[in-house]
Amino acid sequence: MPEEEAVIYRGRIRMPYTWAVGETGSFFLTQLRDHARIWGTRCPQCRRTMVPPRRNCPRCLAKTHWLQLEPRGSLVTYTVVHYRHRIHPPQEPLIYGVIKLEGADTGLTHLLGEVDPADLRPGLLLEAVFKEPEQRRGHILDILYFRPREVTGS
Amino acid sequence: MAQRVAIIGFGQTRHRSRRDDVNGVELIQEAVRAALEDADLTLDQIDAMIIGNMDHFEGVNYVDTWSVDGTGAYMKPLLKLTTGGTTGTTLGIAGYHFVASGLFDTVLVVGWEKNSESDTTGAIITCSDPIFDRFSFSGALPGLAVEASAYMKAYGITQEDAARVTVRDRRHGANNPYAHLRTPVTVEEVMNSPMLSWPVKLLDICPRTDGAAAVIFAGERKARRLAPQPAWVIATSVRHDYAYFHDIDYTRMHTIEGAAKELYQYVGIKEPLKELDVIELYQPYSFAGLKWIEALGLCPPGESPRLLWDGVTDMGGELPINPSGGVICTNCIGATGLLRIGEAALQVMGRAEGRQVPNVNLALATGFGGAFWSDMMLLGRRPW
Repeated sequence: MPEEEAVIYRGRIRMPYTWAVGETGSFFLTQLRDHARIWGTRCPQCRRTMVPPRRNCPRCLAKTHWLQLEPRGSLVTYTVVHYRHRIHPPQEPLIYGVIKLEGADTGLTHLLGEVDPADLRPGLLLEAVFKEPEQRRGHILDILYFRPREVTGS
Repeated sequence: MAQRVAIIGFGQTRHRSRRDDVNGVELIQEAVRAALEDADLTLDQIDAMIIGNMDHFEGVNYVDTWSVDGTGAYMKPLLKLTTGGTTGTTLGIAGYHFVASGLFDTVLVVGWEKNSESDTTGAIITCSDPIFDRFSFSGALPGLAVEASAYMKAYGITQEDAARVTVRDRRHGANNPYAHLRTPVTVEEVMNSPMLSWPVKLLDICPRTDGAAAVIFAGERKARRLAPQPAWVIATSVRHDYAYFHDIDYTRMHTIEGAAKELYQYVGIKEPLKELDVIELYQPYSFAGLKWIEALGLCPPGESPRLLWDGVTDMGGELPINPSGGVICTNCIGATGLLRIGEAALQVMGRAEGRQVPNVNLALATGFGGAFWSDMMLLGRRPW
């Protein structure tokens, strides 16, 4: 019997996308870029403060209001990434964490830096390290990473 | 069916060519808020939700997950459905099924699209078969253009006849504050617009729109309690034919014929032109406003131009079609079919304001997609 040939088509989908961030997210990102400030939004009814910001409360749909947050918080949970993929930022070691900013009710997913993975633990106090102003482009990675912060005072 | 079902609320965004002021989730939430306000309900009174769009238009595949902050579906049953152009009517029919089954009493369905966020033709191309269809009939235009071509040849239809359909819908769209295109056009303007794929010209075809729509379905007891005049779901029907565009018989619209026949038989409609009061037709281009109303049985094949030129389907005519301006004026694809259902519901409820047809007892909404697939929902003032 002659061998059947299996025809395989090769394709490549090239699709340009633009995603509108919206007015609320645009304020958050431009404040990050221009002033290294982190803003959240707070639901006046549910009293939850959310970062990244939501224009309306996801739970009750009420209009939220802006609240500036300090660029610091604590570690909720984390993972040290041992494999490499081209989507990963070039960090060594690569550590992803969920950070709860002071005053926020949601976590923020980001990178951890200037830390020995062995020293990581939930509750670790952290602060944001921003990229240099000329490197910031209105992106969540305008925050370079979060690092452990010295606790001063008593 | 465990219980009768009615539409008790409808909300939509102000449709535009692009909405850079909101992201997709915020756009969805605008429609959800509008529908809840319309039905005077709060989120905690909604038992389940269904959402749909066409993934490739925004490049977000977990739309059900991603949109929770917009739908308000936090800790609720939520399902995503996508069926191409028919997505919006699929959503409506599924919402009806959810409630009719008796498993849920109040269901909110959302259809949306941000067509500005990608290349519409590029996205639609991913819907067709990669081996045999994608090189030729991909995108919205070619399949429709050959349909128009075959139909013109078979019945001696002219491009001016089709232009009259656009003129009607654009005139109607001027009455709808939510419509994307709100300026009337003339037959001459349609005829002089750029030829895209013969015989389809720029003004024969729908725009691409950013917009969202939400419809709330409720069981009989709740509908009677919550809405002064609910829009009762009388019946729905669905017909799919082929996946390949080359298998279609372009001289007829078999899926509309089949879906309409099922509805008419169920309700006992013998003369749809006389017995239906308004139609929101998913009509993606002008020629469909001729051929497809013949498939709906409004007149014998080839005779639809007379209905158009005589104004029978205009506002004030015997059977107005697309009081909202239809798809020719607004096409946020995942929402488009649901807009047909929502607008038909408004007509039955008597709340369509400047686009209201007087005394609507029966309103038909249709959906179109795939390789000439058809969905239908018949709404009425009284439960069936």
